[in-house]
Amino acid sequence: MPNKKQMYDKGKVVIGLCILVALMTFPFWYNLGKAAPAPEPKLSEKAKAAKECVMPKAYMTSGHMQLLNEWRDTVVRDAKRIYTNPSGKKFNMSLSNTCLDCHVEKAEFCDKCHNYASVTPYCWDCHIDPKEAK
Amino acid sequence: MKSSRRRFLKIAGISALGLGAKPVLDVMASSSETAAPKTAKGENVLTAKRWALVIDTRKLQSEEDLDPMIEICDKIHNVPKFENKNHEIKWLWAEEFKHEFPMQEPDFLNDRLKHMSFLTLCNHCEKAPCVRVCPTKATFKREDGIVLMDFHRCIGCRFCMAACPYGSRSFNFRDPRPFIKETNPDFPTRTKGVVEKCNFCAERLAVGKLPACVEASNGALTFGDLDDPESEVRAVLRSNYTIRRKPALGTGPSVFYIV
Ligand code: SF4
Ligand code: SF4
Repeated sequence: MPNKKQMYDKGKVVIGLCILVALMTFPFWYNLGKAAPAPEPKLSEKAKAAKECVMPKAYMTSGHMQLLNEWRDTVVRDAKRIYTNPSGKKFNMSLSNTCLDCHVEKAEFCDKCHNYASVTPYCWDCHIDPKEAK
Repeated sequence: MKSSRRRFLKIAGISALGLGAKPVLDVMASSSETAAPKTAKGENVLTAKRWALVIDTRKLQSEEDLDPMIEICDKIHNVPKFENKNHEIKWLWAEEFKHEFPMQEPDFLNDRLKHMSFLTLCNHCEKAPCVRVCPTKATFKREDGIVLMDFHRCIGCRFCMAACPYGSRSFNFRDPRPFIKETNPDFPTRTKGVVEKCNFCAERLAVGKLPACVEASNGALTFGDLDDPESEVRAVLRSNYTIRRKPALGTGPSVFYIV
């Protein structure tokens, strides 16, 4: 009568298990200590020279999407196109013609964070990057 | 003993008052912060109660006369050119009498009208059926009478195309971008899966310009406020006989034709 506790092909099975575990955990230890650095969106010369965006930088970083949504609804629904910020400066509410006029390099500015955060806003399906249009 | 209880109650009462006043103070504090951003129309904006267009077909005899207007409209609005008729996108186009004015065709139509091309576009109807059916309110009526589309909200259900009795709307079956010869960066393109149509050049009115077709028409087109008896369109309507497309449907088109 065979011993019930006996394991057939013990050597092969253990090696197989080791390889399996190694493969499954590969992504974890391969990327260990290599967390992608937070992106640094590059300001164009024009944006640097302007010093100030439509709203303070902290708000623009965290809330530019809300601002753009408000702009969209105000322009399309209320037919209002002029935005006056708290310091009294006026802007034409236009993604392609105001935002991108300063932030000339979409790839160096918008795309950098969007790619890092793995978000794909569909703005550019319709709105034109003036650089690409040329 | 007595006086210390009295003191305790006093202090408790004053503290309760203070707690109660905090929200009030908060509100007062926030309202005195820096001014909130403001939005407004441009200084040169053209406004009306109800924009309307009168087309003098006597001044537009052949299809060649229509071409400059159609071309400039397509160009500034990034309207794509598709070879396949089924994919065609139309904002401003030419149509013959029997399609333009069905049921209004007299038995013996004169030769001039029979062979003429009529300039055709969205009528910016007073009671626009396309607005009523749109489930997302992507198509809506502005207070100046323009029937506008918010492309951001269009889900491509095409109810509006079924509802419009004039064929004024086109659907983007394909990504239109590769089919735009020369892109105008000042105006967005559309994307696959949305409907589009003429917008009475809302983006030009906002900066004080007349619609591009009117500007290119050499005086054949008149644009103005239908609600203002002193306006140019009203003067033209007073002194000329005009017809509109499918008036029996009760949509109230804002585009008039002098025939
Ligand atoms: S012509 Fe058609 S698309 Fe234009 S407002 Fe009238 S129903 Fe709507
Ligand atoms: S296709 Fe777009 S605009 Fe037309 S009814 Fe549907 S959501 Fe509204």
